[in-house]
Amino acid sequence: MRAAHFCQACGKVQPPAPVDYFAYFGLTRKLNLDVTILEKDFYELSRKLHPDLNAQAGSQEQEWSLQQSSMLNDAHRTLKDPIKRTEYLLKLEGVELEEQSKTATEQARSSGEIKKQIVPPDLLEEVFELNMQLEELRTHKKLGEDDPALIEEIARQKLELEEKQEALLRELEYRWKMWDGMVQREQNGQPVSEEERKQERDKMVDVLNRRNYIRNLVRDVNEVLEI
Amino acid sequence: MATDRIVGIDLGTTNSLVAFMQGESPVVIPGDDGSNLVPSVVALDESNQPVIGNAARKHLTETPERAVYSVKRLMGRGVDDVREELKFFPFRLAEDLQAGEVLRIKLGEKTFTPPEISALILRQLKRNAERFFGAPVAKAVITVPAYFNDAQRQATKDAGRIAGLEVLRLVNEPTAASLAYGLDKKQNGIVAVYDLGGGTFDISILKLHDGIFEVISTNGDTHLGGDDIDNLLITIALDDTLGDLGLDFRRNAEAVQAIRNAVIEAKIALSSQPLVKLDVELPGGKRYLREITREQFEQLIQPIIDRTVGPCKQALKDAGLKPEQIDEVVLVGGSTRIPKVRALVKELFHREPHTDLNPDEVVALGAAVQANILGGGSDATENMLLLDVTPLSLGIEVAGGVTDKIILRNSTIPASATQFYTTQVDGQANVAIHVLQGERELAKDCRSLARFDLKGIPPMAAGMARIEVKFLIDANGILHVAAREQRSGKESEIKVQPSYGLTDEQVEGMILDSFDSAVEDFRQRQVIEARNEAATILAALDKGKKSPAWGHLITDEKKKIAKMEKALVAVKAGDDYQAIRKAIDALNQGTTRLAELMMDSAVSTALKGKTMDEADMGEGPTAPHPMAKAEFE
Repeated sequence: MRAAHFCQACGKVQPPAPVDYFAYFGLTRKLNLDVTILEKDFYELSRKLHPDLNAQAGSQEQEWSLQQSSMLNDAHRTLKDPIKRTEYLLKLEGVELEEQSKTATEQARSSGEIKKQIVPPDLLEEVFELNMQLEELRTHKKLGEDDPALIEEIARQKLELEEKQEALLRELEYRWKMWDGMVQREQNGQPVSEEERKQERDKMVDVLNRRNYIRNLVRDVNEVLEI
Repeated sequence: MATDRIVGIDLGTTNSLVAFMQGESPVVIPGDDGSNLVPSVVALDESNQPVIGNAARKHLTETPERAVYSVKRLMGRGVDDVREELKFFPFRLAEDLQAGEVLRIKLGEKTFTPPEISALILRQLKRNAERFFGAPVAKAVITVPAYFNDAQRQATKDAGRIAGLEVLRLVNEPTAASLAYGLDKKQNGIVAVYDLGGGTFDISILKLHDGIFEVISTNGDTHLGGDDIDNLLITIALDDTLGDLGLDFRRNAEAVQAIRNAVIEAKIALSSQPLVKLDVELPGGKRYLREITREQFEQLIQPIIDRTVGPCKQALKDAGLKPEQIDEVVLVGGSTRIPKVRALVKELFHREPHTDLNPDEVVALGAAVQANILGGGSDATENMLLLDVTPLSLGIEVAGGVTDKIILRNSTIPASATQFYTTQVDGQANVAIHVLQGERELAKDCRSLARFDLKGIPPMAAGMARIEVKFLIDANGILHVAAREQRSGKESEIKVQPSYGLTDEQVEGMILDSFDSAVEDFRQRQVIEARNEAATILAALDKGKKSPAWGHLITDEKKKIAKMEKALVAVKAGDDYQAIRKAIDALNQGTTRLAELMMDSAVSTALKGKTMDEADMGEGPTAPHPMAKAEFE
């Protein structure tokens, strides 16, 4: 892995190869990652690639060190966070998660419609009630009124939502196990059908969507509570 | 010793300093007046020559319309940003300023942009360093507030270039301070740096481990500092005189400056005294007298220092840390000497702040450490590495006037992001891009960094073009953009013209003016200084000839010394710096024994000095050697 970043003979910085973030750290595309090892590698590579420590090198090397260093930081930032890591892998697999949502947002904005968001079915009732309560609290606050009972109720629901978020993270980690198992089988030479691949991807997309939805909801609640 | 010395510079709102790494520790280089601090004040004297630093402060009191201070508050800013504080500044801006244009300040009959004023200060520091080393200095590390945006950073880099310095790195001030602290303490842990200077406030939270200084989060306010406290006191004084004496001195620059000097003195005194008396002589002979207690002062400044609380809390939140998890709080900046500020810090972070390091010098010392690292490092710094972050999110304006954030704040730099664009209509040749910095949702609430067009897109059907735009924030925190149309492979480097900035051509034009004279100045100065040294050593020799030690020398030695003396006298009148140096060295060598004999007979020395041996540079004076070379002043 290290050889890709430096010349094995003289140790000088090389131009960054167009690899993905996993390959940059010499990792296979498995989702379960030891973050401690990632950190250690990150610091070790930083010591070699950072522009500050290559300031005496030739200008071409300095340029490469800048490119490498930004790649290293981007890769580290993405792989360190479990959600970003998952989203990144899905992107590598051709799933346009972010773009779907961004295009939808832009379409909604230009047409003036409210963006259609799929509410996870098991949350339909809760979400409806919570949104009503948030509206009520917004009105109270606008009028300068206080309603401690309502605030307490909303805070309680927020806690429940946060617990759901945590649970979804656990579910995601389970999906990682399934994915990694599949990748391992492939590495061992066993065939994996495109169907299975797609299924695993879709399941992860589903967990992410549900978690995103709840995260946005929690953010809305925080906004109103902090008015 | 590297021939390519890299110095560390703190270009402060109130004071500026230059420092370098001397062996194991960084050291501030004093000016020719012996002072470590160069006030960031520039004035134009009667013959339109720039005066910088302590000498300029007199001009500020006597001819305030020809002087400027706190120019850092004007760097990378436009007219609308600075309207409020212009009321307090004695100078005027050029009348024909357009929106988005770099500011132009009128001093006497000349106009200057803020980078040019800063360049004059930098040049002064450069000269101080050159005088100290006896060699040219062309490379520097300059510090900036962590919360400075792209335009403010560009302006600082421009100032360096105009002053004839290659700015190898812009370092964030709290990070620099942590370097000085970390070098000193050599401990792992989580450190918060609370930096309240003359014009800017920064709070940075760093993780120090095994020589790595990793910034986790940073926040601040680039429009908050000691100057705001001063301005508040000035306003009160002006209101007082209006109310009590019926005199309006608001437009009277001399009065305002006299009041300003008095309130600054009072502010400083109140850090160690419970009571202070303002006594200002106003134009027209009237006097303004007022007593201020520390209590009253603290009440007045509470709203100002309270503005530091929000950024501190946000920085902790972004870092995911509670105050208890911070191991040390380091105070930086003169304003942290105020007892109320220290109390606020203690309350925020639940611990006594660390006050060992000189809050005025610590940033320059840290810059010197970073300069050393960039220069290849030494024993003291060999394991050290800075990992800093960008303080503000970078975004692109998209449909609906919304900001789409592509690089989030507190991302480790260098950092990059790639965006894809396409065309809306057939044959569209340009795509307009608007880049912003800030955390708000709407583009209009963010700071506009730059607008540019991707030009020359090959003619295609709408939506067919696939333009890859790469945004890169470098280690200085400055943005670079490159674009590539993927189908045709056409590449273009985009010149990001920052708002309120100078074009490359403008900067080039400014450099030639100051640089040429600087080179000539330096050469002349070298000759003058060498001549001075020659005169000193010849005078000392004269004295030596009259001392009893002279009698102890054998005839041969005396003959040799006479020969060298003659040679030195001959070249000293000329302009050949190298020849003078050579002759001085020869005479120095030849009189070593005489000096020893004089020491033995305990004759008091006419001069003290250090040997100018390169390897000894910077060590304390060796035993006084009457024939030794004089110190550079």
